[in-house]
Amino acid sequence: MIILWTDALIYLLVVAITLVGFVISRQPQMRRPLKKIGTSKTGMISLVVLIFFVIIGLLDSVHFKSTESRTHEIISLLDYWAKPLREQDEKTYSAPFATNLYSKEVIVLDDGSTQWGNPRLKYGGAHLLNPENERRMDILDKAFVGFSKGTGLMILLLLLLWASFGKKHDTLLNHSSFKVVVFVLFLIVSISYMLVELSSYYHVFGTDKVGEDVFYQAIKSIRTGLVIGSLTTMIMLPLAIIFGIMAGFFRGWVDDLIQYVYTTLNSIPSVLLIAASILMVQVYMSNHAEEFNSLIVRSDMRLLFLCLILGMTSWTGLCRMLRAETLKLREMEYVQAAEALGVRRWVILIRHILPNVMHIVLISVVLDFSGLVLAEAVLSYINIGVDPTTYSWGNMINGARLEMARDPVVWWSLLASFIFMFSLVLAANLFADTVRNAFDPRRAE
Amino acid sequence: MDKKILEVKGLTVAFKEDKVVNDISFDIFAGETFALVGESGSGKSITALSVLRLLPNNAKITADEVLLDNENLLSIPEYDFCKIRGKRIGLIFQDPMSSLNPVMTIGKQITEVMQIHFSYSEKELDLAVHELLEQVEIPEPKRRINEYPHQLSGGQRQRVMIAIALAGKPELLIADEPTTALDVTIQAQILKLLKTIQKKTGMSLWLISHDLALVSTMADRIAVMQQGKIVELGTAKQFFQQAKHPYSLKLLAALPSMKSSLNKTTTASGEETPLLRVESFKVYYPIRKGFFKRIVDHVRAVDGVSFELKRGTTLALVGESGCGKTTLGKGLINLIPSTAGRVWLEGIELSKLTGNDLRQKRSEIQIVFQDPFASMNPRMLVGDIIAEGLKALHPDMDLADREERVSSLLKQVELSESSALRYPHEFSGGQRQRICIARALAVKPKLIVCDEPTSALDVSVQAQIIGLLKNLQKEQGVSYLFITHNLAVVAEIADEVAVMYKGEIVEHGSVEQVLNQPLHSYTKTLLDAVPVIEN
Amino acid sequence: MIQYILRRMLYAIPLLMGVNILSFILFFVVNSPDDMARMQLGQKHVTEQAIQNWKHQHGYDLPMLWNQQEDASKKVTETIFYKKSMGLFLFDFGVSDSGRNIGEDIKQRMWPSLSIALPSLIVGLLVNISVALMMVLFRNTYLEFSSIVLCVILMSISSLFYIIGGQFFIGKLLKLVPISGYDTGFSAIKFLILPVVISVVSGIGAGSRWYRTLFLEEVEKDYVRTARAKGLTETQVLFNHVLKNAMIPILTGVVVVLPLLFMGSLIMESFFSIPGLGSYTIDAINSQDFAIVRSMVFLGSVLYIFGLILTDISYTIVDPRVRLT
Repeated sequence: MIILWTDALIYLLVVAITLVGFVISRQPQMRRPLKKIGTSKTGMISLVVLIFFVIIGLLDSVHFKSTESRTHEIISLLDYWAKPLREQDEKTYSAPFATNLYSKEVIVLDDGSTQWGNPRLKYGGAHLLNPENERRMDILDKAFVGFSKGTGLMILLLLLLWASFGKKHDTLLNHSSFKVVVFVLFLIVSISYMLVELSSYYHVFGTDKVGEDVFYQAIKSIRTGLVIGSLTTMIMLPLAIIFGIMAGFFRGWVDDLIQYVYTTLNSIPSVLLIAASILMVQVYMSNHAEEFNSLIVRSDMRLLFLCLILGMTSWTGLCRMLRAETLKLREMEYVQAAEALGVRRWVILIRHILPNVMHIVLISVVLDFSGLVLAEAVLSYINIGVDPTTYSWGNMINGARLEMARDPVVWWSLLASFIFMFSLVLAANLFADTVRNAFDPRRAE
Repeated sequence: MDKKILEVKGLTVAFKEDKVVNDISFDIFAGETFALVGESGSGKSITALSVLRLLPNNAKITADEVLLDNENLLSIPEYDFCKIRGKRIGLIFQDPMSSLNPVMTIGKQITEVMQIHFSYSEKELDLAVHELLEQVEIPEPKRRINEYPHQLSGGQRQRVMIAIALAGKPELLIADEPTTALDVTIQAQILKLLKTIQKKTGMSLWLISHDLALVSTMADRIAVMQQGKIVELGTAKQFFQQAKHPYSLKLLAALPSMKSSLNKTTTASGEETPLLRVESFKVYYPIRKGFFKRIVDHVRAVDGVSFELKRGTTLALVGESGCGKTTLGKGLINLIPSTAGRVWLEGIELSKLTGNDLRQKRSEIQIVFQDPFASMNPRMLVGDIIAEGLKALHPDMDLADREERVSSLLKQVELSESSALRYPHEFSGGQRQRICIARALAVKPKLIVCDEPTSALDVSVQAQIIGLLKNLQKEQGVSYLFITHNLAVVAEIADEVAVMYKGEIVEHGSVEQVLNQPLHSYTKTLLDAVPVIEN
Repeated sequence: MIQYILRRMLYAIPLLMGVNILSFILFFVVNSPDDMARMQLGQKHVTEQAIQNWKHQHGYDLPMLWNQQEDASKKVTETIFYKKSMGLFLFDFGVSDSGRNIGEDIKQRMWPSLSIALPSLIVGLLVNISVALMMVLFRNTYLEFSSIVLCVILMSISSLFYIIGGQFFIGKLLKLVPISGYDTGFSAIKFLILPVVISVVSGIGAGSRWYRTLFLEEVEKDYVRTARAKGLTETQVLFNHVLKNAMIPILTGVVVVLPLLFMGSLIMESFFSIPGLGSYTIDAINSQDFAIVRSMVFLGSVLYIFGLILTDISYTIVDPRVRLT
């Protein structure tokens, strides 16, 4: 097993989130907001979708050296399972579910004669003898088989669940948001089974310029999006919390200094700061090429660095909010009472200030996530995002953009990236709304 | 006097399943003052807002009839209802600062009402605004017209609110706690103004208040509300002489009266070193001006205050908002840095101590704040809140001892021991204030600064807290520096009174002397302004 | 007030120094001029002589911060930091690595940037406020609920899709306006319509949702209840009272970005090939022209700080409670 830098940080993040979740769920005053999230239908649906994405992203974060291929390239668990997708490359563009190549070329027929036309694909629909007549029925057939497999699995699971503690947790099982969750799970599992089934016979979202399966690209991009959204937050959080609280609590020169730092950082247009830093990394990498021998290590370093820079440019907003809140809190009477009791200042900071600003931190973390995923696409478009060899929706869009001028249009890369990105961002936005509604004290009843 | 302006029959207001106002009926006659009295949460404000249909959408209002001059208000469509609000029924709210639009001149806010309801010409409008401002006795109305709410004082803002309410020439004026946010002297002025205007215009006044003493000076008839129901309704005379309902009796009994102090036994014992001695104590805030922000002057919040406080006694620090009484209290325990002055606690000068000694000594003065909702960390257990001082000052104390101490403290403030494992939000205002007192007592203080500890509480709860404080003093000999604006409470608890005005103590003496034979003119004004129940 | 502004301008100096030092570290310390020369010259194996020539040409052959060989004040002035930074304070941006006069370029290119950014901002503001007002007026109805859902959906779509989609459907399929390009004078309008429309549409989701929360915050305040008690209708309350108060945060939020409009929008300009400062910056990033990127960083921070001062001033204008001292 090989652990890349981002992998390690992801594992750390998973551990951290589990810990935080554990601590939060044990605090009685957190029960009300958590219950509010639990009873919100949109919140639970989006959470399920998010978790689905996260599972794929985690599968894609377990890397090891492939033993099969002679090149010993580094692959992930996801790659291992999606082997056909990864390896069944066509020559160039092909439309979704196509059996023939998109562009015309000279085909050598069995009898040796040549013909000008769209040749059959190497893999897509290769099992069909007579594509024109059989294709439609075959797609429906395969889709149905996949869908029913997924549904069957879900029913089995549900029965197990019901059998094991159906009686005891009757109220939970009958709760309306639980029913919705089960329904969404049904849909997700069935549809993904369907796609898996189909994708072993066809290119569900077509292939790109070099014949790579677009569906595979879109799935691989999930990890990139998640990494950008979460690691950036992880980097920016400590900066924002420590500086924001210190500025608000100690005031005086500490406040002046911290304010100076974040005004300076803020005054540089963030795109330019990112651009400048990425340029520097590029120069550094090309000058120290020997340290980044493997393609995947190199792109991983760049991804990590992008998170680092995004984190550096985005902590100022939260920092300012926390500073304002701390300024308010330190005048609260319970803080003054603690001072009168002779409690030391740093104890006050940890015991009274920190817990009471955490809801702001939580809200801003979930709100920022979707913005960061969207930002990745834009940055990649200007070539200051992730490495061009990294799979990401931004790179997919960037590659497909130029093909919009072709006639007829090559649209499937855009469609695939749109669907995946939209569902992730929408789920994140909806979940963020739910979290904010639950934790914002002003919205409490 | 027998014409009914407003008839409410069977009014019920519900939020979801929760009936906040439950089947109440009452009438208001032309030209009279009708007072709706109740403690916080009794539903009295909701009643007024529901008559004007100003409640949020999630409130469900049902009633047999609500008649304004024999016209059923419930059957009027929303669009036409706008012609009733402001025109036929005027409304005054509690807090004039937040009730006025901060970015609109007061002139505009008044003319707006007349523009909606009357078709005045520009000139008539000007004239009418002028007249109104003069009627509510705002000085220099010409200049004030173009000023914004934040440029006026609290009393003037409430006068503007009254002018707005009067602009539509209403038949009924609803005043929802019109003076609660104001100082006593200003409260008296506003009440006088309302009376004068009522006499002049002959309109009816619907007064909503929690303050029985204030109501007794104003109302012709009184209705007492408890938990959404009217429990007693009658003329003011009847009510104050022979109230029947137990709740009314409880309210009347809870009223602190100015005379109770006379039979108080003072336990001041001869010549010994005073517990607290304060000499020419000053807290100044710098005023910075100019390019380099040089200090050009100071706001003298506390300007050279000296006093002594004997062991086991209570000194009440009385004054209106902004007189520096709270600043003095916080300055003594160094929550606000003082500019000058010396403080001795049991003969030891505090400013000469440093480090841990100072921390220990200083903790012998504790503080109880006004707002019981803001004074406890909502994320801590009550037990931890009370034990906080113990942990800080006696870190070597073991867990069992600490727990025992916490439960004995809870017992002292008359709360159950199981409270230690609950969170602050599970308690009512009065109970929270008890917890705050327990927290202060935990470190065995010699002196507790009580900063308006009862003014956020209902009258009945107020009396309980004062009773508790008195008991604790008797049992443990703790002294209080009792900061308050409420002279009635002073009579109840204090041995000595110091009256503060503009940062200085203008009068200091025993309760009997200050309350009965005040020497300073300011004390006299203050005492005159306090509404007293007229029998 | 004037004193306040003067003090803020003085405070800008350390800020800009900070920006300068930061960008200096990023550009010259992490990567030495030697690295840059190799990067610019492009080939893998460049002769030492070529590097020296390039450095001399572009003024990178001096020491970084301290010139030991010169005397007196020249110890400081004859360095890369001084040469490349001090000019910026006088808005003398110097010459780009490819030999163009940056100051001239900026002067020329900021007007196309402005001509696209300003209409986008104004139209966007009007549209967002109207949508938000509609939502507040019809609050607690299905209309509001569906608009909120629509807003969330709109804001979950990447701006790239708006641009690509807009170009494809309006420009290519319907052929209503040219897909991209720019022209001088009034003939530029037909090129500007599409980018303005797209940037407005892509901003509706987030913008109107944000304004809605601002309005709702105001609606819950006590003075709104007073206004209703006066007998104002719901629309009158919204327009005469709520809008006026909510405009304070909205306007001041807009004022911050006003000066930055000159910088243009990176994405829009490069997609629609508008010769503004945004596309200028992108080109510089792609050709790794450090002089231009650094100038733009400096210009951006100057404009931002200017925007902050403007914000403070605008507060005193729209909010009678605020006075600067």
